[in-house]
Amino acid sequence: MSMSNTVQQLSVFLENRAGRLDEVLKALAKGGVNIVALSLADTSDYGMLRMIVSDPHKGRVVLKDVGITAMLTDVIAFRVSHDTGSLSKAMHQLVEGEINIEYMYAFANGEDAAAVLKSDEPARVVDILVGSGFQVYSADEAYAANV
Amino acid sequence: MAKVLLEDWKEQYRDEKIECMSRDEMTALQSERLVKQVKNVYENVAFYRRKMDDLGVEPGDIKGIEDISKLPFTTKEDLRNNYPFGLLAVPKEKIARVQGTSGTTGKLTLASYTENDVKTWGECVARGLVMAGLGSEDRIHVCYGYGLFTGGMGLDLGAQALGAMAIPMSSGNTKRQLMCMEDFGATAFACTPSYAMYLAEAAKEAGIVDRLQIKASINGAEPWTDEMRLKIEETMNINSFDIYGLCEITGPGVAMDCIHHKGLHVYEDHFYPEVLNPADQSACADGETGELVFTTLTKEGMPLLRYRTKDLTSIDHSPCECGRTLPRIQKFTGRTDDMKVIRGVNVFPTQVESALLSMGGQVAPHYMLIVDRENNLDVLTVMVEVTEEYFSDEIRKMEALKAKVGAVLKQALGISVKVKLVEPKTIQRSEGKAKRVIDNRNL
Repeated sequence: MSMSNTVQQLSVFLENRAGRLDEVLKALAKGGVNIVALSLADTSDYGMLRMIVSDPHKGRVVLKDVGITAMLTDVIAFRVSHDTGSLSKAMHQLVEGEINIEYMYAFANGEDAAAVLKSDEPARVVDILVGSGFQVYSADEAYAANV
Repeated sequence: MAKVLLEDWKEQYRDEKIECMSRDEMTALQSERLVKQVKNVYENVAFYRRKMDDLGVEPGDIKGIEDISKLPFTTKEDLRNNYPFGLLAVPKEKIARVQGTSGTTGKLTLASYTENDVKTWGECVARGLVMAGLGSEDRIHVCYGYGLFTGGMGLDLGAQALGAMAIPMSSGNTKRQLMCMEDFGATAFACTPSYAMYLAEAAKEAGIVDRLQIKASINGAEPWTDEMRLKIEETMNINSFDIYGLCEITGPGVAMDCIHHKGLHVYEDHFYPEVLNPADQSACADGETGELVFTTLTKEGMPLLRYRTKDLTSIDHSPCECGRTLPRIQKFTGRTDDMKVIRGVNVFPTQVESALLSMGGQVAPHYMLIVDRENNLDVLTVMVEVTEEYFSDEIRKMEALKAKVGAVLKQALGISVKVKLVEPKTIQRSEGKAKRVIDNRNL
């Protein structure tokens, strides 16, 4: 098991045209790449698809093979219990630490949930979260979540 | 993978006598050839006899090159009206080859060559190949299309005249192009600049740039910028040269640039260039931009007097650092046909190219201009590819990039532009001439 505390997110730039998202999902399915979590941000002329998948490198290769450019981005995933206020507590610690969060999304994971966030200071984020009692996913744990 | 730096460059000439001839000697040679040619077309081409009669000009009035302004013009329209063989100055049996326009605009125009014309054509291309540092030992991969289009045949004839190996690939199938380029050990390749850029990217992506033996590329048939040349040179580690020509005059090999890249040397012993003010057709001074007009001084099959190319450029008669005295025409900003008037401002696709390339690799030099009319106002949208290196998963960074492209284009064009970022490698790469503009206005 990898000891890395960052998770590689598969990010895809999507032009706003019919069927583009389907092409991405189809390519991943065909390549046997499972999607653990997904977030889609949209702007007026393109979308940004961010995913935690079972095998990000393979995901990138299968997309490249069908002419879709994807990149791998380091993000942090951490466990959040289903108790009300648990995400707020994590956020409070990060604000105290003056961490800038670029974006965040979440996924449910059976007995608890997980939040995925991108920051330009990943190491400090991990320190703060672990220091305040949160459990940060290792890469391998994240890729196999929900399986 | 063998770019030669300017300071290490050894200039060589195919025909030093002609290429470095003094202005007086060249004028004398051109005068002698023009007098002969005018007499020839007057006697043998009904179209020119009529045109000259209409202007009240007789062959005897043309005593030297200085009298050229007395002669009638020839337009593309004239060629179409006399399609296919109406302008021949020799019996059809003497025609050894025909070639056609690549069909950038409108209907096909046909050019006819005698055996001597074909020989002259090959000789002119060979001069350019030598100017690009190539010789009989070289292997020239031609990925211009073969067929009526002059690109493939022109470079092939040049390689033949040089005694080099011609590799007649024609266009298409990039993977196979690269495989053959590597397997045959090609030392030069020739194609349109947009396809050269595409090939260069593909070679880089396949990781084979260092295995190729390419020294030089010869690119033409569409306007391109110095920035694009530098990008191709850098990606493949080669020297790239701009070749110009048009099938009506001969095909590629009318002019080409040397290692100094300060304009394209015109083979004026065969193709006499004039640059004329578009408003009144008066001669432009050196350095002034106007329409390029050619008279074929030695052509036998289909000689043309003062053919209006619609290409805009300026000319410089001062000797070049390479030692040649052949005048240089500036790299083309575009054809009068490619220019778009948007909100009253003249826009050439090459301006967009040059602006995008000035951004140091943040966006790819592949673009498409779309002109629409919304509420009676012209709207220019420029589709730009994001390069993989600068692609970010953060929307904030992508929006900043988009704003920057918009600002750079506004600065370059003088009008505001809508920028649309598109996925890497999605704008169609041309294997012939790149289509850069879609005009949806009903003008």
